[in-house]
Amino acid sequence: MLENAIKDLLYKIADDQLILGHRNSEWTGFGPMLEEDIAFSSMAQDKLGHSLAFYTLLHQMGEGDPDTVAFMRNADQFHNSQLVELPIGEYDFSLIRHFLYDNAEILRFESLSQSTNEEIAKIATKLKGEVRYHVLHANTLVKQLGSATQESISRLQQSLEYALPFALGIFEPSKHEQELIDAGIYSGEAALQNQWLERISAVLEKTHLKLPEIANLQPVYGGRYGQHTEHLQPLLDEMAEVFKIDPTAEW
Amino acid sequence: MLTPEHIRDFLDEVKDPEIPVLSLNDLGVITGIEVAEDGFVTVRMTPTFAGCPAMEYMRAEVEQSLKRHGVQAFTVQMSFSEPWNSNKISEKGRKALKEFGLAPPQPYQGILVLDILEYAECPNCHSTNTEMRTPFGPTLCRSMHFCLNCRQLFEQFKPL
Repeated sequence: MLENAIKDLLYKIADDQLILGHRNSEWTGFGPMLEEDIAFSSMAQDKLGHSLAFYTLLHQMGEGDPDTVAFMRNADQFHNSQLVELPIGEYDFSLIRHFLYDNAEILRFESLSQSTNEEIAKIATKLKGEVRYHVLHANTLVKQLGSATQESISRLQQSLEYALPFALGIFEPSKHEQELIDAGIYSGEAALQNQWLERISAVLEKTHLKLPEIANLQPVYGGRYGQHTEHLQPLLDEMAEVFKIDPTAEW
Repeated sequence: MLTPEHIRDFLDEVKDPEIPVLSLNDLGVITGIEVAEDGFVTVRMTPTFAGCPAMEYMRAEVEQSLKRHGVQAFTVQMSFSEPWNSNKISEKGRKALKEFGLAPPQPYQGILVLDILEYAECPNCHSTNTEMRTPFGPTLCRSMHFCLNCRQLFEQFKPL
């Protein structure tokens, strides 16, 4: 049924945004310089807003209310890719993850803005404008640090090699892939992945970083259907701590 | 009998809490006002940035303003059906931003290209010899720039 296929798609988008938003917020107060502290904190706020837009749409389609959905599920009920739940690590890893993720996300929103589903198209049209700033930020920093010093280049290269198999997991095909493509909801994961490779390659070519041979990598799948690393549950416990003590609390 | 124009006038007094010189009308977030035959008022709003924490506050302020003016039956709806973009900021709003010390977003046609994101006129000396320092700032709707002419940092309301 198309409705279930759409819900599956919306959950993975919303969950990615929520979890990466939370991870980004962990840089608040710890950024390597003030501008980056502000950038990751701002992107955290944007991503939470984006997840809310999709959880609200899911709620209109009969799912639970956004707070309950965000705070009351366990790790195995989350549809995010494993990439976004990994700990923030050092700044080089967070920057590379942000670069790989947001270049994928903007393509997803561009595709969804052409969706035959009007509600989804309206939200995607709005949000892709905001994500442009995230992509601008990531690409600028990767270009600068990817051509700066030996240390910055080798750190980014290592993080790129570590993160890439997880990033390929963003494009884990859904059970409903063909149904969504046939209905014109979006262009599908395989098409997005190809476009994404072109975009990130174009940026990396302007640096001293080398994109590993994708065909030799094993994508990390499973996140879209509830298989997660040991890092997700502690994140959820921390995120929902106040809500679980007092669901009516305002903060 | 209330008209949508009356309601729009009431909303002139509701300001963006983070930029108190800018009314919601001038910000362009009020997307529709209807008064039904029985007097029921519907105000439609849309967020500037989806994650803006001030939006809920603005919605509550709209409700307060309607109540203050004696409107009893109303609803304020927030939706993306007419998404906001920075071209919706009025001329009056742009002037107010400049006087407030925030560079207004450059109006654009069609697709927003990178040049417009990075372009900003210094609100202090009006030079356009400026560079973007970071696309993020103290609120989601602001970016930070540096004026190479008067050597001052300044903020811009981001084009979107």
